[in-house]
Amino acid sequence: MFQLSADGKKKVQEYLKRYETKRSAIIPALYIAQQENGGWVSPDVVKHLSEVMELPMTHINEVLTFYTMFNKKPVGRHHIQICTNVSCSMAGGHDLADYLCERLGVVDGEMTKDGRFTISRAECLGSCDTAPVIQINIDDYIENVDKAKLDQLVNQLK
Amino acid sequence: MEVKLLTEHYDKPEFKNIEGYKKHGGYEMLKKAFKMKPKEIIEEVKASGLRGRGGAGFPTGMKWSFLPDNGETRYLLCNADEGEPGTFKDRMMMEKAPHQLIEGMIISAYAVNSTKSYIYIRGEYTQSIRTIEKAIKEAYEAGYLGKNILGSGFSHDMDVYSGAGAYICGEETGLISSLEGKKGQPKLKPPFPAVQGYLEKPTIVNNVETLAAVKYIIRDGAAAYKKYGTEKSAGTKLFSVSGDVVKPGNYEVPLGYSLKDLIEKECGGLKPGRKLKAVIPGGSSAPVLNAEESYRATMDYECLAQMGSMLGSGAVIIIDDSRCMVDLLNVILHFYHHESCGQCTPCREGTGWLEKIVTSIMSGRGRPQDIDLLDTVAQNMKGRTICALSDAAALPTISFVQKFRDEFEYYVREGRSKVTGKQLRRHNNRGHHAEMHH
Repeated sequence: MFQLSADGKKKVQEYLKRYETKRSAIIPALYIAQQENGGWVSPDVVKHLSEVMELPMTHINEVLTFYTMFNKKPVGRHHIQICTNVSCSMAGGHDLADYLCERLGVVDGEMTKDGRFTISRAECLGSCDTAPVIQINIDDYIENVDKAKLDQLVNQLK
Repeated sequence: MEVKLLTEHYDKPEFKNIEGYKKHGGYEMLKKAFKMKPKEIIEEVKASGLRGRGGAGFPTGMKWSFLPDNGETRYLLCNADEGEPGTFKDRMMMEKAPHQLIEGMIISAYAVNSTKSYIYIRGEYTQSIRTIEKAIKEAYEAGYLGKNILGSGFSHDMDVYSGAGAYICGEETGLISSLEGKKGQPKLKPPFPAVQGYLEKPTIVNNVETLAAVKYIIRDGAAAYKKYGTEKSAGTKLFSVSGDVVKPGNYEVPLGYSLKDLIEKECGGLKPGRKLKAVIPGGSSAPVLNAEESYRATMDYECLAQMGSMLGSGAVIIIDDSRCMVDLLNVILHFYHHESCGQCTPCREGTGWLEKIVTSIMSGRGRPQDIDLLDTVAQNMKGRTICALSDAAALPTISFVQKFRDEFEYYVREGRSKVTGKQLRRHNNRGHHAEMHH
């Protein structure tokens, strides 16, 4: 069963007081819990948050299922999201995604067998002047990506 | 020529910090604003002709004056959920000039008598969130936020809220739902947020660029601000240019600026040997312009509306003659299908059907009647939903089919792209990715 760490619990409690209503703390709480649960939100995470936050599970599930930055199934340690919207696809975003999927032997959204990677195609990340752009987990963007840069990244990430 | 009001100090790294910002006149306009009456600021913003820079272009001063005078708590929300494909101007501002936004927000909050504001930033913008959080902390420490700011008697609190990946939260009522901790589904208007918004209290939602511009209207006065631009499109505007140009980036030019000059003078023109085919002038929901229209267009609300398109968020996507328009429409439609929140049938179903039809054409299974079917489905999605997302998928579709019909006909007839000569079956393994909100 998932349990928030002491620090995670403290942060969630702070978010519960930070906004006008407790429900506004659901998004930040899900971010914290997702990170502590290895990158995804399982049903027992929802149950635990519901108890800690004293909010019905339906409220938490409503948020969880609506927003794409919460993963509803396990993802690799490095969730590589490749932007394939207009400007990035013009700069080769789809080709990069195809290339990486082939190299790792997975399809979109699938985790590699060793649990290292999940590859997804993302919608516009808002960095169109440095296309194509990727985001790994919830971290700063990596810009002007090409196959060589991608290879280098994949080799480095353990 | 660029006119740099909002972007003047983008190249100075110290502008990010409060000390550096103050060196360049930072927070002086807040002091000036406190010497004015709130009503005077609203009148000044009205007189400036400033219109919302997020996409809808609604007059800012008028929006502010819709607030009821009933003594209820008023909220100011900064819409930093920049998600319109092609747009990256708000991210750049938050990262390079966070205090400029905060100062503009405090002035605006004072004008509309709001005690609490939020900057709602899309969750992917990790760097923006960090930078803004730090800047807000600095502003509190310097006494520009909190109780009785600079002895003015005006108190204001400001906080950041991170979204979690949903384009629809850029729609103001969707943003409010999201901030309340719910699904980010838009609501029917009226009631407008100014009357019944966040937690059903009077709420103003303004874009990042809009709120930052308020500072410069206070600095230079409405008359000086209005000198830039055209009669109905006052001031300067940030354009995020991407796609097939030599120097993509954010450029600040007066509204009414020639699109041809923007491409050739600011962005270094097209790539060598290429010809212009089309321009999406205001983000992917704006109907596409062909080359002839693009070379005649001026970047203002009225000219682009006259051409059947829109200024939108100011995201300009340049498309050269190496691009397949069927492929680009497919990318756009995949996006709107993915982002439809699902509550209105014409949008939920329509965006899906539009994507399916174009995907079918791209895989070589297109039928001649599919081209008119695209238009029929799109026509039936227009103006029939709670928010503008349905139109955002329908209008580009209608324009792509109308202006580049030959490419669609060729693809259906030959089973391959007229431009590349190949069949572009790149979306066949996207099943796992297409995770809908509904």
